[in-house]
Amino acid sequence: MEAGKPKNLEGILARREKKLAFLLLSPTFLLVVGIVLFPLFANFWISFKPVSLADLRPPTILIKERIKGNLTQPGEIITIEYRYRNSSMKYSLADVVFDDEIPKSVKVLDMSQNCSIKESADAKIFRCVLGNMAPKERGKITLDVLANIPLEKENFEFSEVQSDFKTTNVLTSFDFTIANYMKVFSASEFIKVLKTTVYYTFFGTAGALILGLFAAQIMRKAFPGRALVRGILLFPYVAPVIAVAFSWVILFDPFSGPVNAMLIELGVSEKPINFFGRRVTSFSIFGLEINFPVTLSMVILFEIWRYFPLSFLFILARMQSIPSDLYEAAEMDGATPFQQFWFLSIPHIVGILSVLFLLRFIWTFNKFDDIFLLTGGNAGTRTLTVNVYEQAFAISNLGAGAAVAVIIFMFLLIFSIIFIKFTPRDES
Amino acid sequence: MAIWRSGVFGGLLAGVIWSTLWYTLLCVVLIVGSGSSIKLEIGPALITGMVIGFLNVKFKPNNVKIYFIFGILFTFLLLNFFSFGQPFGFQFPLDHWHTIISTLMVSALIFFSIYFTVGSLTAGLLTRYFAEAFYTRLLWGLGLIFLMLIVIIPFYVMIMTSLKNQRSLLKNPLDLSIDFSVGPEKLFNSYIELFVKYDFLTLLLNSAIVSMVTVVITLVFSIPGAYAVAKLRFPAREWLSSSVLLIYLIPAIILVIPLYSVFSQLGLRNTLFGLCIVYPATTIPVALYMLRGYFAGLPSELDDAGLMDGLTRWQIIVKISIPLAIPAIASVALYVFMIAWNEFLFAFMFLDDIKIFTLSRGIVSLDSTEVPRQHLMAASVIATVPVLFIFLWFEKFLVSGLTSGSVKG
Repeated sequence: MEAGKPKNLEGILARREKKLAFLLLSPTFLLVVGIVLFPLFANFWISFKPVSLADLRPPTILIKERIKGNLTQPGEIITIEYRYRNSSMKYSLADVVFDDEIPKSVKVLDMSQNCSIKESADAKIFRCVLGNMAPKERGKITLDVLANIPLEKENFEFSEVQSDFKTTNVLTSFDFTIANYMKVFSASEFIKVLKTTVYYTFFGTAGALILGLFAAQIMRKAFPGRALVRGILLFPYVAPVIAVAFSWVILFDPFSGPVNAMLIELGVSEKPINFFGRRVTSFSIFGLEINFPVTLSMVILFEIWRYFPLSFLFILARMQSIPSDLYEAAEMDGATPFQQFWFLSIPHIVGILSVLFLLRFIWTFNKFDDIFLLTGGNAGTRTLTVNVYEQAFAISNLGAGAAVAVIIFMFLLIFSIIFIKFTPRDES
Repeated sequence: MAIWRSGVFGGLLAGVIWSTLWYTLLCVVLIVGSGSSIKLEIGPALITGMVIGFLNVKFKPNNVKIYFIFGILFTFLLLNFFSFGQPFGFQFPLDHWHTIISTLMVSALIFFSIYFTVGSLTAGLLTRYFAEAFYTRLLWGLGLIFLMLIVIIPFYVMIMTSLKNQRSLLKNPLDLSIDFSVGPEKLFNSYIELFVKYDFLTLLLNSAIVSMVTVVITLVFSIPGAYAVAKLRFPAREWLSSSVLLIYLIPAIILVIPLYSVFSQLGLRNTLFGLCIVYPATTIPVALYMLRGYFAGLPSELDDAGLMDGLTRWQIIVKISIPLAIPAIASVALYVFMIAWNEFLFAFMFLDDIKIFTLSRGIVSLDSTEVPRQHLMAASVIATVPVLFIFLWFEKFLVSGLTSGSVKG
């Protein structure tokens, strides 16, 4: 506290260090607060508001100026007409005023009651006070002037009409509703969306993890060209999602896709299968009717394909850090390859597997791009994240979209708590 | 009893699997490469494989080289023998020499695969160890081929489709060969059209600008932050480094509605500047987390020595820590570049003006019925090539970057 006395040098140094740390962290802190934490809070706010996409364009007054009369003939009466309109369908405007500059040379003959002329040294300003305007309200104001020299339209229109008004911004008003949540929860498909999300997340995560484990087990063995193969195996993950998603769509296209053509060519299927557009296919095994979700499975396969490289990379790194003399000792003791895998490799990688599973689970749960690009959320693949987009931007109900986002956030909170509780301290 | 542990069974199994696999694959390649139809007749290959598998279990050669040559020739002869001289059926479109070369190729593949899979397998009952080693070898080979195939096929289709024209695409979707005879102008027609008509050069530039600005901002913000978290003592340090990870788990889709609303009202939405604010905010936490780990690994004695010599903390960061952390910074930079280049959601939501489209945004706008398929694929290739190139070039950096704190995607 006593900065002036260097009695406690260590205290001063510590304080200086603290100050510097906060200084170094402040840019990051500000940006994260602005772009991550504030939107999180704003999401809650919006989810309780009756906001639609159209409300984002703030209400304004639209004014159109029109000149009537013969301008080139001095001494004729010229009428200037201002048509105005409240652009908003829902919100009223208050204290509306507008200004326009008119040529200095003209003489004003007649104007509406609520208008006035203000003359200064270099300009003549026409001002009208419109007061309050209801939603959609429109009207007209005219001004008659007399010009004593020839004029052109340009003399009137060179100046923009300036307007000023007060209005309510839906985003900042204190107008709340719980209709968004009611709408989201009562929608008949909400349970279905939730179920799809769980299927997608669970099977996508588990599949990518298992395939990654398999790939790591294969790549553990040294062989010529291993570095190149490892690089190629990472392609699905590093390529832009948009490119690989569209190439999958084209690959499995029912009309011009190679996979369908090949299936027909080889006699596996009789007619093309619409992989990304068919909700379910039913078939019966032993009299048991099974509804197989085709498109959802394809989307899950894509997820596995795209993210197995990541699990593979982590698992391989962990496997390669297992001391090789352990395997040599096991070999000496006559442990078979499967035994070595089960009793030696698995115990070593189980930590990274569980961390990967939790983290990937959260990320797959959050995944939006992949499904959106593959199916647009159709054919039984609408997950919660796609639902956010659907509500907010396809149906233009921002509030409902935000409500779904809040639900996602709540799930995430639960997952994060689990994650923090179960993460072994040393693995990161 | 335990038939799966008999050596002969192993040989036959390896023979059946490898001959079927390679024969089918070659047929598929021929169908795709020639655009003609071939009837799949596995029978001859199957029998050949079984014979070769059996022989490999029975005979262990002294001179491997001679054994290989004889083995391949023998496989070739068997294939022809069992298929009455027509290894690919009677309506095979290729001429004599091509057929012989293809058959030789598949013979070599079948023979080597069986040889290496069988390995030291002998006839008679195997011990559990050798049986499992054999199945592991079999699974290893199959797994490697499977992985390579599933990874490469979509990219292969992407490239080949981009080089086609509308008519040939509809005529035979299976024809994935390159027709060099049409000349380069026709071959690269989609690419030329994208650059001329759709102004893809601007899109490429926009993507490059946004990605590079994102990298610079991310580094400028995260290097001092990471240093502070790693080296300086201040309250809430532990709390801060774990909350960085939590922020990292927040998905873009939650942020998109508020950011869309606020940016719309501020007039930042339809601008590249807006993207240059949002992207760093999503990458800084990862970057900070990755760099923090690296800085923490640098010995503190270096900083102390610098302090003793009268350097300020700033000078220490610039003159000691950053030069030492160059590898980590490079991998962070590459990783961030990749994220920014590939980003789709914000670009899709924010950009309306075609002049400021990034590649991702531009490609989505091509996804309509009016734009032919091959254009879409050519655009995908254009977007993919730079990242894959950077990735292969700097693979070592990037792999360490990927593993040091990023499970995001």
